[in-house]
Amino acid sequence: MTLLGFSSYLIALGTMSGIYALLCLGLNLQWGFAGLFNAGIAAFFAIGAYVAAILASADSAVHLGGFGLPVALAWPVAMAAAGALAWVIGRICLTLQGDYLAMASIGIAEVLRIIIKNEEWLTGGTRGIAAIPRPFETLLPAPWNNLAFLGLIVVLVAIVYLAAERAWASPWGRSLRAIRDSDVAAAAIGKNVAQFRLEAFVLGAMVMALAGALSAHYFKFLGTTAIEPLMVTFLVWVMLIVGGSGNNRGAILGAMLIWLIWSATELLTNRLPAEWITRSSYIRVLLIGLLLQVVLQKFGKGLLPEKPPRLVGERRETR
Amino acid sequence: MIKVENVSKSFGGIHAVEDCSLEVATGSVTGLIGPNGAGKSTLFNIIAGLLPPDSGKILLDGEDVTGWPAHRLFHKGLARTFQIAQEFSRMTVIENLMAVPSGQSGENLFKAWFAWGKVVAEERALRERAREVLAQLRLTHLEREYAGNLSGGQKKLLELGRTMMIRPKVVLLDELGAGVNRTLLGEIAGEIERLNREHGYTFFVIEHDMDLIARLCQPVIVMAEGRVLTQGSMAEIRRNEAVIEAYLGARHHKQVGGADA
Repeated sequence: MTLLGFSSYLIALGTMSGIYALLCLGLNLQWGFAGLFNAGIAAFFAIGAYVAAILASADSAVHLGGFGLPVALAWPVAMAAAGALAWVIGRICLTLQGDYLAMASIGIAEVLRIIIKNEEWLTGGTRGIAAIPRPFETLLPAPWNNLAFLGLIVVLVAIVYLAAERAWASPWGRSLRAIRDSDVAAAAIGKNVAQFRLEAFVLGAMVMALAGALSAHYFKFLGTTAIEPLMVTFLVWVMLIVGGSGNNRGAILGAMLIWLIWSATELLTNRLPAEWITRSSYIRVLLIGLLLQVVLQKFGKGLLPEKPPRLVGERRETR
Repeated sequence: MIKVENVSKSFGGIHAVEDCSLEVATGSVTGLIGPNGAGKSTLFNIIAGLLPPDSGKILLDGEDVTGWPAHRLFHKGLARTFQIAQEFSRMTVIENLMAVPSGQSGENLFKAWFAWGKVVAEERALRERAREVLAQLRLTHLEREYAGNLSGGQKKLLELGRTMMIRPKVVLLDELGAGVNRTLLGEIAGEIERLNREHGYTFFVIEHDMDLIARLCQPVIVMAEGRVLTQGSMAEIRRNEAVIEAYLGARHHKQVGGADA
């Protein structure tokens, strides 16, 4: 492999890790902070991806729009759309027991996937949305444009991470953790349980939508294969659990580590004899599942377990 | 302070609380006793907004609060502890206390992001208050421990501590004594007496420890089979034939104080 090829590979690896890191940070807001079992991450990812792609791509006959809007406008709208969907789902499901949210979110993600597949006028169906512009691609020559896009993702991950850390250390995060540990006791100390849960759910969904938008613009093509629950829901859960739920750094670490392993197994499986290559897709999933088991046996709370935040302004005291 | 008017609650065919009326006077420490299954905890959960009553009314400080959610009742001055401790298990002991006061500006995420200075100042004050409460409850050495790792008795204390983080009008204590050692329980009883005397907190107490009831509560209300049987001073209750029967059945005519109900 040439040096250029290798650095392209690293840039691709970093870009995808960053997108998954955002998904994990979003899920951590819902599960790590608030104990909300979202089994339909793919739905919010898909909303983010499709809204951004429709708004930002050039006019096309095969799907709605595109409207050729700048990403600085398309991405926030995509996030807002996912937030609105999360608000509606949350209003209905969050007052119920935890398991119902899991079932509802799986259902909604599947319904959405089928809508996306069949409503061709809107999404292009299985033909998908092509020629989505990637930021920097016309501004800079390769590979610098890809590196700049990676830089943008790193900046976005950093912003979301810092905002999530502040949220974790704040009374907002403390209230959510209290609700997660005992919702009746949290209500008994005056916390509006439904309201707090809704905030965490909507915020997490918006971060997931940002990841979806970035992914659509990175691949430049968006079809139904991009929003498979295996790749967007299952893998993200594995990442967060391996990295350590309730720990924002753990979320990022888990995303990077599992994506590295996932893409490394692709390199390996491509070298398998031809009759095995077709089987590689489920062998990889099986291997990731095994890895999850090993990690959970050895590190029950993930590689970086949840820690209570340092008490605010506590640094100078000697305890 | 609390007025329960003709409240009923059934679960399937079981009438847990049936046409129950009682009153907790402002400034009193009122006891609620009764055999297992008398409906005491169900009544508590109705008063605290955890269960809606099938019929009847709950008045808190003169206002009809029937069917209010628990968090609104807290803002109106009603605090409580739970029969089975509901600690925030993956939070430290001090965080359990600091979570309590309502209206913290840092509970608004935008203020946490953009007005951090204000949040920090509030947190400092809150921490001092939490440390005072921990000292009163002899829990200072456990400040950084996860609440989930505490003993049963310590969790009960922590729940009492939560109610001490604010100035509630009325506190519902659901079997505070269970699992707390005698010496400490004596100190806590002293603390409850002090809060009642000096700060005017009203307490409504479910308790199986008759010595504690006798020490703290005046009056004592007796429930059996979902209804109020009688009420009065502990001395009167101990002599009441109907109460003895409710606790022990007709065959044993023994003092209630000797029964480990």
